[in-house]
Amino acid sequence: MLPKLFFAYFAVVIVGTSILVITRKNPIHSVLWMLVLFVHIAALYLFLNAEFLAAIQIIIYAGAILVLFLFVIMLLNLKREEMEKRFQKQWPLGVFAGMVFIVFLVLILSQIVVFPQLGPYSIQAIQSEGNLMTVGKVLYTEYLLPFEITSVILLVAIIGAVVLAKRKVN
Amino acid sequence: MILSDFNLLSIRVLVPEIILICSALIILLLNLVVKRKETLAFTGLVGTLVSAYSSFKLYALSLSGSEFMGMFAFDGYSIFFKFIFYINIVLTIFISIRYISIEMASFGEYYALLLFATSGMMIMASATDLMVIYLGLELMALSTYILTGILRKQVRSGEAAIKYFLLGAFSSAFLLYGISLTYGLTGTTNLKEIAVAMETLNLLGSPVFLLGLIFFIVAFGFKIALVPFHMWAPDAYEGAPTSITAFMSVGPKAAGFAVLGRVFFEAFGSMHVQWSSILIPLSVLTMLVGSVTAIAQTNIKRMLAYSSIAHAGYALLGIITGTSEGLSSMMNYMLIYAFMNIGAFAVVIMLRSEGFMGEELSDYEGLAKTRPVASSLMLIFMFSLTGIPPTAGFIAKFYIFMSAINAGYTYLVIIAVIFSAVSAFFYLRVVMYMYMKEPKAEVVLSTSTAMNIALTVTVVSTLVIGVFPSALIELARMSLSGF
Repeated sequence: MLPKLFFAYFAVVIVGTSILVITRKNPIHSVLWMLVLFVHIAALYLFLNAEFLAAIQIIIYAGAILVLFLFVIMLLNLKREEMEKRFQKQWPLGVFAGMVFIVFLVLILSQIVVFPQLGPYSIQAIQSEGNLMTVGKVLYTEYLLPFEITSVILLVAIIGAVVLAKRKVN
Repeated sequence: MILSDFNLLSIRVLVPEIILICSALIILLLNLVVKRKETLAFTGLVGTLVSAYSSFKLYALSLSGSEFMGMFAFDGYSIFFKFIFYINIVLTIFISIRYISIEMASFGEYYALLLFATSGMMIMASATDLMVIYLGLELMALSTYILTGILRKQVRSGEAAIKYFLLGAFSSAFLLYGISLTYGLTGTTNLKEIAVAMETLNLLGSPVFLLGLIFFIVAFGFKIALVPFHMWAPDAYEGAPTSITAFMSVGPKAAGFAVLGRVFFEAFGSMHVQWSSILIPLSVLTMLVGSVTAIAQTNIKRMLAYSSIAHAGYALLGIITGTSEGLSSMMNYMLIYAFMNIGAFAVVIMLRSEGFMGEELSDYEGLAKTRPVASSLMLIFMFSLTGIPPTAGFIAKFYIFMSAINAGYTYLVIIAVIFSAVSAFFYLRVVMYMYMKEPKAEVVLSTSTAMNIALTVTVVSTLVIGVFPSALIELARMSLSGF
C-alpha cells in the first residue's frame, strides 16, 4: 500500500509539473518547474531499484542540462516571449484531442497483461554485484552495439551544434 | 552467462558502417587543413566506394542470422537497401559540389553529415532489434535535420529544419512508446522473439499489442511521409538545400520502408490482417493527397515533395500485400525511384545559378528552345515519375501493381492507377511548359563534370531498367531468399 501511495504522489507531481512547464509565460519559471519534474522522475528510477540511473538523472539532467538551459535563456533575453500569448487560439481543440487520446489510452492500457517471466536481473542479483557494475557489464556486452551507435549520435549532435552556430559564413 | 554469446568476430558485419563513419571523421579532420572543399567531396566518395566494396565482400561470405545478440543482420534484404543508400549518397555528392558553392554553404561538415546519415540508414536496414532500429533512425534523422538547416543565411532553411526537427522528435516519441508497449507485453525487443512470444502468449487479439502496432505505423509513416503524417514534408523539402531535398526524398524514405518491411514481416507477420487494414486507407489517402495537392503547386520543389508523398503511397502497396513478391517489388520501386527522383532534382539544381533561384514552374517556360539537352533529360525523368513506358518508372509501378493484384487487392490497384493518371497532369505540365511555351528569359545552367556524371548515370539507369528490367527484378527476388 505504502509504495503505491508514494508512486501516486510522484506520478501526480510529474504530470502536474509537466503541464506547468509548458503553460508558464516566463521561460525561467518553466525551467525551474522542469527541475522539480526531473527530481521526481529520478524517484521513479528508485522504484525500479535503479539507484545509479536515479543519481545520473539528478546529476546530468537536473544539474548540468538545466543550468545550460538557464544560461541560454538569460543570454537570449526573452522579454518578447512574456508579452505574447502562450498558446494559439485553437488550444481548446488541442486539449480536447489530447483528452480523447488519454481516455482511449487508459481504456486500452487497463487491459494490459504484462510479460509474466522476470528477467535475469532480479533485486538479489543486482545487490550481489552492485548496481553500477551490472549496468556497466550489460552496456559493454549485451548492449554494446546500441551503446556505440549512441556515441555516434552524440557526435552528430555536437557537429550539428557547431555547424548551425558557427558565426563566420565563408 | 552473458559473455558466452559475445564474439569479437561479429564486428565484421559492421565493417561497411564503420568505414563510412571513419571516412566522416577523416573529412571532419581534413576540413581543418584543406581549403578546396572538392577534396572533401572526393574523400566522401572514396569512403562510400570502399564501404560498398566491403558490403559486397561480406555478401559473398553469405552470412546468415543476426550478430550482436541478434540485433544486427547482414542478409540479402539489408544489402539491397544498402546499395540504394550508396547510390543515393554518391549521386547526392555529385550533384552537390557545384550547387553548395553557389549557395555559399560549402562546409566540410556537409559531406561528413551525409555519411553519418547514410550509416544511420544502413543500421536501420540491418537492424533486427527495436532498440537498434530506433538508434539508427535517430542517427539518420539528426543528421538530416542539420543538413536541412545548413543554409544559415536563408530563413526558410532554418524554418524547415525546426519544423522537421520538432515533428521528427514527436514521431520518435511514438516509436518509443510503441517499443515500450511491445516490450511490456513480450519481454523482448528482438523482432524474431517478438514473433515467437506472440504465438506462445497468444497476443493476437490483445488490444495493447495492436496499440503498439499503431504507434509503429505512426512513427514509420512519418519517416516515409504517409498522409496524415506528411505535414512536415513540403516545407522541409522546399526549405532544404535542393541537393539535400534529393537526398532525403530517397534515403530516409527507403530506410523507412526497409524497417517497415522488416518489422511487419518478421515481428508482426501473423497480424497481417490487422496492419494491412490500417495501411490500406493510409495508402489511398497518401496517393490522393499527394497527387491532388501537387496540382496546385507552382514551386517545383514543393511539387516534387507532394509527388514523393504520392510515390510512398504506391510503394506501400508492396507492403500491404504481405507477400514476398510484394516486398521485392517495393524494393525495386525504391531503387528505381532513387534514380528518377535524384535525376529530376539534378535538373532543378542545374537551373540554380548566382542570383537566380530557378525553382518556379514558370522558370521552365520555353526551356526546350534555349536548353534542349536539359529539357530532354527532364522530359525523361517526368515520364518516368508518371510511369510511362519505356522508362523505369513504368516497371516500378507495373510490378507493384501486379503483386497487389496477385495478392487479391485489385480494387486498390484500380484506385492507384486512377491517381497515377491524375499525377500525369502535374508531371506533364512541366514538360508542356518546357516544350510548348515561348522562353521568357535566357536561363544560365550551372553545369560541372560531376553534375554531368550524375545526370548520365540517372538517365541511363532510368532507360536501361525501363527496357531490360529482368536483371533487377531477379536481384530483388534473390536478395529476399532466407528472409
